[in-house]
Amino acid sequence: MSAPRRPAGRITVNALGVVVFVIAVFPVFWMVVTSLKTNGEITGGAPHLVPAHPTAENYTYIFRVGVGGNPFWLYFKNSALLALGAVVVSSFAALLAAVAVARFRFRGKTAALVMLLVVQMIPCEALVIPLFLMVRRAGLWDKLPGVLLVYVGVTLPFAIWMLRGFVAAVPRELEEAAAIDGAGWWRTFRSVLFPLVAPGLVATSIFSFVTAWNDLVFALTLLNDDANYTVPIALEYFFGRDTTNWGAIMAGSTLMTVPVVIFFLLVQRRMVTGLTSGAVKG
Amino acid sequence: MSQTPTATLAPGRPGAPRPAAGPVRAGRPRRRLLPYALLVPSALIIGGLLLYPMYRLVAMSFQDVGLAQISGAQPAEGVGTDNYAEVLTDPDFWHALLNTAVFAVAAVAATLVAGTLVGLLLHRLGRVMSAVVATGAMLAWGTPQITGAIVFKFLFDDTYGLANQVLGGLPRGLTRPLFGNVDWSSHSWVLSTPSLYTVLLLCVVWMGFPFVAVSVLAGLKSVPSELYEAARVDGAGPWRSFWSITFPTLRPVFSVLTVLSVIWDFKVFTQLYVINGGLTNKDGFNLSLYSYSKAFGFGAEMGLGSAIALILTVLLLLVTGLHIRQMLREEVAPA
Repeated sequence: MSAPRRPAGRITVNALGVVVFVIAVFPVFWMVVTSLKTNGEITGGAPHLVPAHPTAENYTYIFRVGVGGNPFWLYFKNSALLALGAVVVSSFAALLAAVAVARFRFRGKTAALVMLLVVQMIPCEALVIPLFLMVRRAGLWDKLPGVLLVYVGVTLPFAIWMLRGFVAAVPRELEEAAAIDGAGWWRTFRSVLFPLVAPGLVATSIFSFVTAWNDLVFALTLLNDDANYTVPIALEYFFGRDTTNWGAIMAGSTLMTVPVVIFFLLVQRRMVTGLTSGAVKG
Repeated sequence: MSQTPTATLAPGRPGAPRPAAGPVRAGRPRRRLLPYALLVPSALIIGGLLLYPMYRLVAMSFQDVGLAQISGAQPAEGVGTDNYAEVLTDPDFWHALLNTAVFAVAAVAATLVAGTLVGLLLHRLGRVMSAVVATGAMLAWGTPQITGAIVFKFLFDDTYGLANQVLGGLPRGLTRPLFGNVDWSSHSWVLSTPSLYTVLLLCVVWMGFPFVAVSVLAGLKSVPSELYEAARVDGAGPWRSFWSITFPTLRPVFSVLTVLSVIWDFKVFTQLYVINGGLTNKDGFNLSLYSYSKAFGFGAEMGLGSAIALILTVLLLLVTGLHIRQMLREEVAPA
């Protein structure tokens, strides 16, 4: 369907586009704008769309004075370590499994795929109770490796599912040609399949990273000492303690949101394919 | 997969028309074990971190697991179906179930309608404008649940929230028919459950509509424009075109989107935890929060929490069972 020809229709459509854009962007815009306002401006009088006296004081506050006795960057370090660690392990395991289910026929494959689908439906809110007890028993409670392990488990099923689509999309003929040329399986995997799946692997890894980075429920349950907090719990804690310091809360929220949004804009197209793959078939 | 013409070359395929020849058909035993070897790491992780905990959850839902058991001072004691009996006779459970179900229906419907409308709009916009709006929508989609919820909590804050400041600035005649006589200078949005869930709904729909919009847009691009032209020639308006062409063509997309939205909206935790202000206001609980508060609240009644979590999981599996069947038919069968 091409754009409507009547100018009035065109204007209406574009106006609607502007409205949707404003609604979509406004909450994030408001978060950033508030983080740049002085507390006096946030709490006093009529709201301004643009800060009257833009200031970085909220950012210096969360880094200097800190949250819960620690500078904010500590929580960033914890979050980044957990998310990166989980992604490395989970993507590696997922790639191997995706190759297995997309490239081989073997006994029990259907059962494995069914299990993969069912496992994805298990809500984290249900898993958190037994995982809490298991982590405790393993002596990993209130330790980052315990949370890392849990993030690996939580991100893996979807990573396999998503990667499986990317592996299946690589034409089999390429590998066969390599095999005919005498390349062994590992060689074929390394020099033919892997480079072609790499963009999908990046998209999958980013998805896993974001899942771990955004998690509240596991971090809330499995971590106790404030030096181990991740950004979401630090914000939550901050939020409960210091509810009127909205400028600082918005500064922390902005810092947490920015990297995720950048990642998202980079890979959103692939993510849509990964999530709804199989839905529309020619 | 099935569209690969050389699928018959797949290693180990029984009764392949071509006789064993060439390196591709290498049916060596090592080759046959390879897929299993590739699955080992994932199987260990999924088994240990998802399936075993799930088994523990089921077991614990029939046990009394309290502080003494958590610390290991006493072994967990089987209590039969007591936990379920206690949960099912607890008015809080039914209240949480009602909140969960009503919210899921409202949020899924609102997300799908808003997302579809935006998808249709994106399709009609010019190239540049469409890209700009889609990027804006991605911003909403990419925002972490926790920060999105914090911003909405701030927007609807009783004293400093923009919502109250704007509504307070509007003439009374406008706001009274909708909200009644409200003192906007200190109106709390979280005191009453319907109003709390309205804020949650706005937050969840705001984060959820872009995914629907982008998926619908991708689907729309696959519909041949001749169909719409033919419909226009036949005198069909946009409403009629949507229901006679767009909807039937995109039916598979809509069914996936509906199920995914149900999964996401049925067990909202993070956003509700933030907007509800933690675990103190139990009127605002959905099943996730109710289960969590039983297990990790003051009583630490893990057995009860497990029973609730299991009920939530089973409900979710029932709702999404159809989707799983559909996915299996599409994805597993032709492989």
